[in-house]
Amino acid sequence: MKTSHRLMLLPVVIFFMAFWLLPVSRLLLLPAEQDWRLYFVFLTEARYAWSLINTLGLSISVTLVTLILGAAVGLYLGRRQFPGRQLLLSMLTLPLSFPGVIIGFFMILLAGRQGLVTDITQALGLGRFSFAYGLAGLFLAYLYFSLPRAIAAYAAAAQSMDKAVEEAARSLGANRWHIIRDVWMVQLEPTTSACAAIVFATSMGAFGTAFTLSSKFEVLPITIYSEFTNFANFALAASLSITLGLFTWFALFLTRRKETVSGVANQ
Amino acid sequence: MKRRIQSPGLALVTALVAVFMMVPMVLSISAALVNNYSQGFASGLTLRWLVQVIEIYGQTVVWSVAIAFACVVGNILIGVPAAYALARNPSRWAKTFEEILTLPVAVPGLATGLALILAYGTFRDFRQSYGFILVGHMVFTLPFLVRTVAAAFQRPDLVTMDEAARTLGANFTKRFLGILVPAVLPAIAAGSLMVFTLSIGEFNLTWMLHTPLTRTLPVGLADSYASMRLEVGSAYTLVFFIVVLPMLWLLQWSATLLEKKYGN
Repeated sequence: MKTSHRLMLLPVVIFFMAFWLLPVSRLLLLPAEQDWRLYFVFLTEARYAWSLINTLGLSISVTLVTLILGAAVGLYLGRRQFPGRQLLLSMLTLPLSFPGVIIGFFMILLAGRQGLVTDITQALGLGRFSFAYGLAGLFLAYLYFSLPRAIAAYAAAAQSMDKAVEEAARSLGANRWHIIRDVWMVQLEPTTSACAAIVFATSMGAFGTAFTLSSKFEVLPITIYSEFTNFANFALAASLSITLGLFTWFALFLTRRKETVSGVANQ
Repeated sequence: MKRRIQSPGLALVTALVAVFMMVPMVLSISAALVNNYSQGFASGLTLRWLVQVIEIYGQTVVWSVAIAFACVVGNILIGVPAAYALARNPSRWAKTFEEILTLPVAVPGLATGLALILAYGTFRDFRQSYGFILVGHMVFTLPFLVRTVAAAFQRPDLVTMDEAARTLGANFTKRFLGILVPAVLPAIAAGSLMVFTLSIGEFNLTWMLHTPLTRTLPVGLADSYASMRLEVGSAYTLVFFIVVLPMLWLLQWSATLLEKKYGN
């Protein structure tokens, strides 16, 4: 590398070392300063193990449902032409820029104590049914957050899908299911794996949504936050952050595409 | 010929998803403008919740915009030269560094926030300033700018242009600022808008880094959701939309423009 290039890289290197590498190395080493067994606290203590299992279960199910719904909507909007299609697509991808706290608040408006669904169920004589603060609310909020990403990705991929392959399959007598399995799913595979990684990683690390809903269903980011803030248990919070970070990093690492910056969105 | 809806199953799913996505937005916007959410439009329209939000949380909007701008400027100043250096060096070392640079995006903001507090929490003046939030946002958004701009610097015609200017005797500073940077301006603009939108909506990291005196828009939002009436929370959400959505549209518009110019 030329000296001039080195000089041009230097500010970023210094900045990145000072405000990310150094702090994160400190975080990585903190549990060891107390007791190296702290690194495995997510395996050894039931409370943290459950928090991790909750988060994994929630993230995996959100990812699966997001992929199915996102692919359906994306395929529909990407391949059909009808008036208002572009408008619908931009409305559905609008929430891309909403922070997770807003989505949490949306759930409160929808199904919180004074929510719309709550009022409707009462009017129907079913009592005040509010599901915002439990697992259902969290699941729907994560789904709301993830869907726009999946829809945008699948719609773009569906537009560039090779129609000739489908035509060929059809004329060879393939039925609808065969086309879905052998033509659509194959052509959309790169989108599916990239989307799955981003949605899974984002759901794992989602803090704002769960925080706003002050959910009864405990997820790992909330556990970390309360260990840090309420109990000043820094080493433990650090250890759980490392566990969480390894999960999200690994999910993204598995399906990384070189040309795109993919990462944890701000849920 | 009778017009038939093709793939009715997909159409139905699309309609249901659209309802699920739209209803909360409509609820939130209408809740911001009615006197009483429970009574709905019957209670009459009002702007008083918006006025109240500006009075209580106006500062957070100003600071969020300021931080987002500072974040863009700071990232351009350090990121654009770095993007050039990375684009001109396809070495393994440079690739690895680019990979490491994207790590803050791959780990949850909560972890980065925690790390910054552990490292700098004792530097009181820094910890209690907006600068603390700014460096967090910069570290998190830097890879988006660097990667977008580095990709643009890799265009082969730029290398030719650079060579031509050099044979004509222009020194490196002149070539960089006069030819190379203007040539990648669309990429810088696209990256900047990305950085801006990410910074202004950032919560996970910012919630860890903020203090009662340093609050941003999303931090204020979370506070209002927890402690204010639904109408105030909704009005505040509406303010967020008004500030952020034009940015997002600009982002999409410039992305299409970029694709038309350089896409294949």
